[in-house]
Amino acid sequence: MATATAHHDAHPTGITRWLFTTNHKDIGTLYLVFSLFMFFVGGTMALIIRAELFEPGLQITNPHFYNQMLTLHALVMIFGVIMPAFVGFANWQLPMMLGAPDMALPRMNNWSFWILPFAFTLLLSTVFMQDQGGGPAGGWTMYPPLAIQGGIGTDFTILSIHMMGISSVLGAINVIATILNMRAPGMTLMKMPLFVWTWLITAFLLIGAMPVLAGAVTMLLTDRHFGTHFFDAAGGGDPVLFQHVFWFFGHPEVYILILPAFGIISQVIPTFSRKPLFGYNSMVYATASIAFLSHVVWAHHMFTVGMPVAGELFFMYATMLIAVPTGVKIFNWIATMWRGALTFETPMLFAIAFVILFTIGGLSGLMLAIVPADFQYQDTYFVVAHFHYVLVTGAIVAIFAGAYFWLPKWTGHMYNERLGKWHFWLTMIGMNLTFFPMHFLGLAGMQRRVPDYALQFTDFNQWASVGAFIFGFSQLLFVILVIQAVRGGKRATAQVWEGAEGLEWTLSSPPPYHSFATPPVVK
Amino acid sequence: MQASPSRTRLNRRTAIKIAAVALGMFGFGYALVPLYNLACQVAGLNGKTGRIDAQAAAVAAPSARTVTVEFTGNATSGLPWEFRPLTKRIDVRLGETVTVKYYAHNTAQESVTGQAVPSVAPSAAAPHFKKIQCFCFTQQQLKPGETREMPVRFTVLPDLAPDVQTITLSYAFFNVDKVSAQKYGGEAAPTETHPAHDHARGANG
Repeated sequence: MATATAHHDAHPTGITRWLFTTNHKDIGTLYLVFSLFMFFVGGTMALIIRAELFEPGLQITNPHFYNQMLTLHALVMIFGVIMPAFVGFANWQLPMMLGAPDMALPRMNNWSFWILPFAFTLLLSTVFMQDQGGGPAGGWTMYPPLAIQGGIGTDFTILSIHMMGISSVLGAINVIATILNMRAPGMTLMKMPLFVWTWLITAFLLIGAMPVLAGAVTMLLTDRHFGTHFFDAAGGGDPVLFQHVFWFFGHPEVYILILPAFGIISQVIPTFSRKPLFGYNSMVYATASIAFLSHVVWAHHMFTVGMPVAGELFFMYATMLIAVPTGVKIFNWIATMWRGALTFETPMLFAIAFVILFTIGGLSGLMLAIVPADFQYQDTYFVVAHFHYVLVTGAIVAIFAGAYFWLPKWTGHMYNERLGKWHFWLTMIGMNLTFFPMHFLGLAGMQRRVPDYALQFTDFNQWASVGAFIFGFSQLLFVILVIQAVRGGKRATAQVWEGAEGLEWTLSSPPPYHSFATPPVVK
Repeated sequence: MQASPSRTRLNRRTAIKIAAVALGMFGFGYALVPLYNLACQVAGLNGKTGRIDAQAAAVAAPSARTVTVEFTGNATSGLPWEFRPLTKRIDVRLGETVTVKYYAHNTAQESVTGQAVPSVAPSAAAPHFKKIQCFCFTQQQLKPGETREMPVRFTVLPDLAPDVQTITLSYAFFNVDKVSAQKYGGEAAPTETHPAHDHARGANG
C-alpha cells in the first residue's frame, strides 16, 4: 500500500512541479500563494495612500502618483487578491468536497493560473514607467474621457485586464464542468456543500460579467488607437455609455467577490456550532436570487449621471430588494449558532466577525441605494467605507476564516492557535479603526480620490492611518503562522474539527496527492 | 487523470458550451452600444436633441406660454478657439422659431476644424427642443485668426411639460483632428498631473 501510494504520488520536483502541474491541490496552492503575495503588494499601496492622508496637504506623493496608487490598489485587491484566493479555495476544495479525483479540465486549470502572474507583471510594470505617464491613474473603473487621454499605462492596464478576464473565464468554465460532471455517485445538487453551491453560481456570474468587461475595455482600446468613437462625444459617442457597460459587469463582479465568502462562512459556522446549517434550501435559493438581481441593479453606481426618475426608482427598488435574500442568509447563520455548542477557534472568530461586519457594510449599502441620499454620498468617503466593509471585513475576513479552517487539512499540521488569535484581534482592531471613521468623513463631505483634504477631517484621517498600519503589519503574523504550519506542528487528524462534516474530512490530513481515484458513494 | 473517456468527452462538451456563452456575452457588451442609443432616443435621455425642418416647425402655432432658454458653450481643451454664446438667455414663446448666435474665434496660426456637440438640460425637455438650423449639424473650419458668428435656429414644441420653466442649451466644441487636439490640448500629455486631479474633484462637472 505504502509503495503503491508513493508511486502514485510521484510528480516532478522543483520548479517544474509548479510550472507543469495539472493537480488541483498544487494549482490551489499556487493561487493562494499568489493571492497572499498580491495582498502585500496591494496593501503596500494602501499604506502609501494612508501615509499621504495622515495629514492634510501633500507630503509624500504628488497627486498623479497618488492617483496611480489608488487605481492599482483597487485592481490588485480585486483581481489579484480576492478573486485568486477564492479560485484557490475552489481548486483545493471542490474535488475533495464532491468526491472527484481532480478538476474537470486539469490542463486548462494550469493555464488559468499561469496567465495571472504575467497579467500582473504587465499591470505593475507601469509603475516603473513614470517618464511615460506611469500607471493607470483614472480610478480602477477606467471612466473615459480620462481613460482615453491617459498614457501608455492605460494600454498596459487594458491588456492585463484582458488576460485576467481570460484567466477567470477559464477558471469559471472549469468550476462549472467540475460541479456538473464530476460529482460522486449519490451527490445530488441539493446535497452539495454550500461552498460548492456558491461557487457554481459565482462561476455563472463570471461567465456573464467578465466578457462584458473585456468588451468595454476593448472599446476603450479602439477609441484610443483605432479611431472608433464609442465614448468620444466629438465623434458622436457618449462617455456615460461606458459607465453603463462597465457597471453591467461591475455589479455582478461585487457578488463574484462575496458569494464564495458566503459559502465559506456557511461551512465554518455549522462546524463550530456542532449543528447542521439552518435553512440549507433557503440558502441555495437566496444565493441564486442574489445572483439574478445583481444583473439588474448596475445603475445604482451612477445615480448622479442624470437618469430619468423612473430609472432611478427602478434601480433603487431593485437594489433594496437584494437586502431580502441577504437578510435570509444572515438570519440563517445566526439561527445555526442559536443553541449550538459553540467553540471559538480562530476560523469561528473570523466567521462571527464576518457576520457582524458584513452586516454593517450591507446596511451602509442600503443607505447608498436611496437615491436622494446617494446624491449626497456619491464619491465621498462614505462610499469608500461601505465597499471596504463588504470587501475587507467581508470577503477578506471570510478568506481568513476559510484559510484557518482548511489549513490543517491542507498541511496536515494544526496551526498555532495562540498566534491565530493574536492575528484575529489585531486585524479586527486595525481594520475597524481604518474603515469605521471613513463613514463619518464621508457624511461630513470628504471626497474620495483626492490626496489632500480640508483641515477639519484631520483627526479621523489620522485614526484611519494608524489603524491601516496596525492592520497591514499584523498580516505578517499570518505569514509566519502559515510557514509554521507548513513546516510542522501538531499533527492534524482526518476530521480536524470535532464538528466537521463532509467528504473532505474523510481524507487524511494532508490528503494524498491524488484523492478519490475511486469515487466514494454518498448516501 | 483517472477520468474515463466518456467523462472526458462530457467535460469537453460542457466546456465548449460555456465558452460559447462567454463569447456571446462579449458580443452582448457590444450590443449594449446600439441598445443604449436606442433607449436614449426613445426616452429623450441624455439631453440628445432632435431636428425639425422649417415647414414642420411652422405648423405648430405659437402659444402664449413662454419658457426661458439659456445658452452656454465651451471649446474643449484640444480646440484653440474662443467660443461663447452672444445671447445668454432669452424668453421664447412655445412654437415660435427663434435664432440666436454663438461667437467663435480661432486663436491658432493654422486652420482648425471643430465639431460642436449639443446637449439640453433638463433631459425631460430634450425631445421638445428642436433645432431647425445649427452649426453643430456640420463640421466648422476656421482659418487662422478667423472670427465667425454661428447661428442656431430652434423652436420649443408646445407639448413641453408644464413644470419646465427653464431649458439650457449647451455646446461642447471638439477638435475633430486627434493629432491637432493633442497639440493644443495638453491633457493627452502623459506627465501632466492635472486631468487626474480634476477628475477626482469634478465627477459631476
